[in-house]
Amino acid sequence: MAYADLLPGEMRRKLAQKIAESETAREQAIDVMTILQGHFGYMSDEAMLAASELLAMTPLELEELATFYNFIYRQPVGEHVIHVCDSAICWMHGHESLLDHLLSRLEIRLGETTEDGLFTVLPVCCLGYCDHAPAMLVDRRIHGELTREKIDRILTKLIEESHSLPGRK
Amino acid sequence: MCPQVLFSNRKPGRIATMEEYRQSGGYKALSLVVGKWTGKDVCAEVQKANLRGRGGAGFPTGLKWLGVPQEGAYPRYIAANCDEMEPGTFKDRILVHADPHMILEGMVLSAYATGAEKGFIFVRPSYESGARILEREIQRARDAGYLGRNILGTDFSFHIVVHRSGGRYICGEATALLNALQGNRPNPIRPPPYPTVKGLWGRPTVVNNIETMANVPHILRNGAEWYQGLSRSSGSPGTKLFCVSGRVNRPGCFELPMGTTLREIIEEHAGGLPPGCQFKACLPGGASTRFLTSEHLDVAMDFESLAAIGHRMGTAAIIVFDHKTCLVEVTLNLTRFFARESCGWCTPCREGLPYLGDLLRRIEAGEGEEEFIPMIRTMCGHLWNAYCALAPGAASPVESLLTNFEDEVREHIRQRKCPCKA
Ligand SMILES: Cc1cc2nc3c(=O)[nH]c(=O)nc-3n(C[C@H](O)[C@H](O)[C@H](O)COP(=O)(O)O)c2cc1C
Ligand code: SF4
Repeated sequence: MAYADLLPGEMRRKLAQKIAESETAREQAIDVMTILQGHFGYMSDEAMLAASELLAMTPLELEELATFYNFIYRQPVGEHVIHVCDSAICWMHGHESLLDHLLSRLEIRLGETTEDGLFTVLPVCCLGYCDHAPAMLVDRRIHGELTREKIDRILTKLIEESHSLPGRK
Repeated sequence: MCPQVLFSNRKPGRIATMEEYRQSGGYKALSLVVGKWTGKDVCAEVQKANLRGRGGAGFPTGLKWLGVPQEGAYPRYIAANCDEMEPGTFKDRILVHADPHMILEGMVLSAYATGAEKGFIFVRPSYESGARILEREIQRARDAGYLGRNILGTDFSFHIVVHRSGGRYICGEATALLNALQGNRPNPIRPPPYPTVKGLWGRPTVVNNIETMANVPHILRNGAEWYQGLSRSSGSPGTKLFCVSGRVNRPGCFELPMGTTLREIIEEHAGGLPPGCQFKACLPGGASTRFLTSEHLDVAMDFESLAAIGHRMGTAAIIVFDHKTCLVEVTLNLTRFFARESCGWCTPCREGLPYLGDLLRRIEAGEGEEEFIPMIRTMCGHLWNAYCALAPGAASPVESLLTNFEDEVREHIRQRKCPCKA
């Protein structure tokens, strides 16, 4: 367990317990990757190796899963990941102009991360909040009935929060 | 107000507690059945009620359960489908936030009926709050003796765990879901063998939508006849959770009798279209169904009536489009969705959907040619040869665009621009 040994002890115990409670280790692949990417920011090659050891899968088998799912990030992402719904209902409710607004505020293109490493914006299909369209997820929390002002408020709040963290300006 | 069954405890901004569920008759079906009926009796009653699956395909639930072979291997499993990634569909989310114990009781009963000992609730990432609610309420149900070891003091035991998905539309397809749950790449597996014979880890497994599950306690407590009386149609009993979204005044999820007309749902319950907007078309059952035009607004929303006019109930997610919305652009959006979410396993879907998307994009951008129309038709035909039902579902809006709105498509080509844009 060369790579898994490098994980923080507390996290290793938690993951090991989850795996022990399931029918087979690999059943926990998504949960394990979600927890690891929460810690490392994304599924780096090292995180992939650690996860595949814990799950008793080959790195390639795990790669098949990591690259399949919308919420597993195999490349570095910002501190806050914004998934903007681009399905038909949100599109009818002004998705395109809201996305333009969001991207120009952050000065990035879709799929990119801001220079300060704070935000990544990714497209996502229907989030299941069509009764609150247009909608987006920020760090897996839903925000609906979006307007430009609402997006500005969400961003401002996250930026302020990050500035107030110790060690950040 | 129509009789509320699944939403009987729905309150704004708050989920029903276990106590509230119990006071409304919750967990009575469990005490009625467990240790007293045989599993086969339970299947038979559900079959008699003619409950049909709410996940999209409308398969008779009792029949599915009876498909678990008597002599089949143990342990057996239940997989409750709360993936709900069909665009326009959000009923499962509302149901989890309204009355989670109804889903849990339905799952326990389905396990009792089929001899299962473990159940999974498969939840998509954007429903993390739902996943947490379910985990908390599972613990409460276990503490109260409705779940876990020796349910209600009998020798029947059943455990439920929440399984979080990594998020991909195909995971909602029953066989792909089973692959996903086992930690395999979620490609579908074409039956036979059916999951009821060979599912999770090769053992009999029942996959049902969570709305389907929530109907079960009511059927067993009140009987098949009562259940049929809830409906306005003769063939499709019970009530149904209808989601309405798009160009309406009050988008939302409404529990209404099966057989309520589409017009009543849109005009009365969803408050009609906003001022200045006229109805142009809707998708009656999510993104995988066909555009339905105003001539059919009086159709009764049930499985048979929709089939009779060449449509499908799907997930009963009604997406409404007004006269100003360009349906070429809507179809392009839907096709891109399906192309992106295709699992890539088979060629017609993996290659055909981007091809269709490209033709539609060029038509929308004013670069279309007359010959594109037969090309689209031919490619839609190929999609029906795909390995699973995703691709035929994806073909449905495209085909019906050409059936009902060919003039609008041709106008794009003739004017060399989108006629809906100023
Ligand atoms: C591409 C695709 C996606 C599907 N997604 C879902 C879903 O998210 N939820 C669901 O309950 N059923 C979904 N289904 C239907 C399932 O395959 C299956 O029929 C259903 O879960 C069975 O439950 P039921 O009989 O209670 O409807 C999907 C089917 C296809 C082809
Ligand atoms: S039709 Fe599409 S989703 Fe289904 S198996 Fe083929 S590629 Fe995968």
